Amino acid sequence: MTATVPRPGPTRSFRRRLWRLAETVTTPVLPSEYLDLVAPLRAGADLRGRVVAVHPETPDAATLLIRPGRSWRGHVPGQYVRLGVDVDGVRQWRAYSVTSAPGRRADPISVTVKAIPDGVVSNHLVRRIRPGTIVQLDQARGDFVLPQPAPSRVLFLTAGSGITPVAGMLRSGALAGSDVVLLHSAPTAADVVFGAELRGLAERGAIRLIERHTEVEGLLDVAELDTLVPDHLERRTWACGPLGLLDAAETHWSTRGHAERLHTERFRPTVITAGDGGAVTFTRSSVTVQAAGETPLLDAGEDAGVLMPSGCRMGICFGCVLPLRQGAVRDLRNGQLTTALPGDGVRVQTCVSAAAGPCELEI
Amino acid sequence: MTVMQKKATNPIAHLTAEDIENLGRELDALRERVVASRGERDAAYIRKVISTQRKLEIGSRVVLLFSLFPPAWVVGTAGLSVAKILENMEIGHNVLHGQWDWMRDPKIHSTSWEWDHVAPADQWKQSHNELHHRYTNVIGKDNDLGYGIMRVDEDQPWHPAHLGQPLYNFVNACFFEYGIAAYDLDLGNKLKNGGHKDPEFRTRLRAVGRKIRRQFLKDYLLFPLLSGPSFLHTLAANFTANLIRNLWSHSVIMCGHFPDGVETFEKTSIEGETRGEWYVRQMLGSANISGSRLMHIMTGNLSFQIEHHLFPDLPSNRYQEIAPEVRDLFDRYGLKYTTGSLPRQVFSAWKKVFRLALPNRRQPVPPASPLDGTPDHPTPALIAA
Repeated sequence: MTATVPRPGPTRSFRRRLWRLAETVTTPVLPSEYLDLVAPLRAGADLRGRVVAVHPETPDAATLLIRPGRSWRGHVPGQYVRLGVDVDGVRQWRAYSVTSAPGRRADPISVTVKAIPDGVVSNHLVRRIRPGTIVQLDQARGDFVLPQPAPSRVLFLTAGSGITPVAGMLRSGALAGSDVVLLHSAPTAADVVFGAELRGLAERGAIRLIERHTEVEGLLDVAELDTLVPDHLERRTWACGPLGLLDAAETHWSTRGHAERLHTERFRPTVITAGDGGAVTFTRSSVTVQAAGETPLLDAGEDAGVLMPSGCRMGICFGCVLPLRQGAVRDLRNGQLTTALPGDGVRVQTCVSAAAGPCELEI
Repeated sequence: MTVMQKKATNPIAHLTAEDIENLGRELDALRERVVASRGERDAAYIRKVISTQRKLEIGSRVVLLFSLFPPAWVVGTAGLSVAKILENMEIGHNVLHGQWDWMRDPKIHSTSWEWDHVAPADQWKQSHNELHHRYTNVIGKDNDLGYGIMRVDEDQPWHPAHLGQPLYNFVNACFFEYGIAAYDLDLGNKLKNGGHKDPEFRTRLRAVGRKIRRQFLKDYLLFPLLSGPSFLHTLAANFTANLIRNLWSHSVIMCGHFPDGVETFEKTSIEGETRGEWYVRQMLGSANISGSRLMHIMTGNLSFQIEHHLFPDLPSNRYQEIAPEVRDLFDRYGLKYTTGSLPRQVFSAWKKVFRLALPNRRQPVPPASPLDGTPDHPTPALIAA
């Protein structure tokens, strides 16, 4: 494939030279390190955002308004954004659906977070984070989005915080001319995130809202769709919620022969369960080995012929640190678990860490 | 620990192998407690130090643009010296130790950090973290003992070249960062044994060359040029700041392992060394510097050299906090916690450099024969595993 690369104009090459000069002035760090001190949200900086407000939604959910940095490229309703937050001093990344309608670049975006029991990040975001905090962002991603033009008949099948990507779609106005049914499950009426807003939409006739309060009525059985939304198979359906609901929906739609009309969003495609030992994949070397729970990853790699960086082999020199792309490892010194989801890239000391389940190291 | 038998008094003669393992367990538990309590406060600390250092550096360099005026020269040079010291000691050294890796902030991470030092971070990490911290004070293994150019322990063989070591040490102090870079490259050995043709060595040498070039460009050309009529004054200021930083870090680091009271070890003594024995070696092979909080920060908390050597990867702001507990352990196990004020320790280290420039006055005391043991004064036990 050949393409003509446009020659940088005189201004661009001048700017580039100026930047090179600035790099020499700030060596050994980059000029951006200094600029970050005063303008962390400027164009060209690593993408970050500033929390401008936190609004409680339900007793255990809150909406965060975040003003993204100038490098933010916008989002399509239904997409998610990865958020990097420092909790107890440790950077943690999680994905949340953008719940705001697309706006102008400088407009704040919103994400709505439901605190899950023992959830390190969700509880921090719902209960502790203060306006003014800088958070790390990634560009919006995800294909859980509406096609253009929007389908004329739509069903949203959601539960709990699964309403969040759908809220973004409803708020965008893209479904103004469509016949929309929203079947949403939550423990009680008070637990319905955006409850008042959704009921308002239903009153205005913009959507048909079916609330399922599971504490009283029990969990939704997908077979009930036949009576609740008789034409559901004819609708384009977007489902988001717990894995059980999504699995049941996928079986239901495919046994009825309409799998192509169902779109699902799984926030946690990989559930990391810590075990004892596991398959270790060295991604760039394309090597996978079974490692025991007490074998250091460094030894496992070396035994498999992977060119592992190493040093003191006792956990003090940090010469063996590699990014853990995904999976779980256990610190052999204290049994502490470190888990990583795809994209996290947590760096671990391979000489004192062992596999605690399947894991992938980048080397 | 066999080397200690050579000493007139074996400092660990009173400890059984079980004592040493108990000591190790206590230290492991202390480490775990600190690791479990690392959090927001620590993260805020290092971020604050980094941002203070950066602001101080910018401020000082801006003041130095007008260094033609003597007050600006003095203020700017002082500020830049402090900024450079902070950058190397409390920030660079400690970040490169992985003390802040737990924050998972890719910008403050041992694998991505680079410092204002002519030794590239990866080369320094290898020689310092891997060799010095692992083989602390083991003669023939830990080249930090005299940096391969000096004799700092009676057990190191004397050579007439050592007569010049007070001078070498002074020159090394003035250009310490270059000394470190040469040392990380193992330059002396490589030149002597023809290893300088080795392609890996040449790559490393080029990396050092690049860093030196960039530093020279910045400190001795660009900033002087930006200062216009103050060109020479700024150049002199930058040279002075580098000199002060070198002298300071050299002094602090000399105090860590050279003063009187610090033990050295023989190669054979670490064969089959247990975790507890490794800890004991760190405890006896390091010395602290007493002083104010500001002094501790300026030394990069290497004034808590003992705590740092026990736990090289704990955040530096925690060393001061755990020092009383560590000291209590020394007391309970009857070990000597070597510490003293900066002038005293610097003097002690220099005295050693001068003293050992000459051959030993007497032979080291030979190991006591088992027959000399009496019930009151048991023979120093061989504690090595």
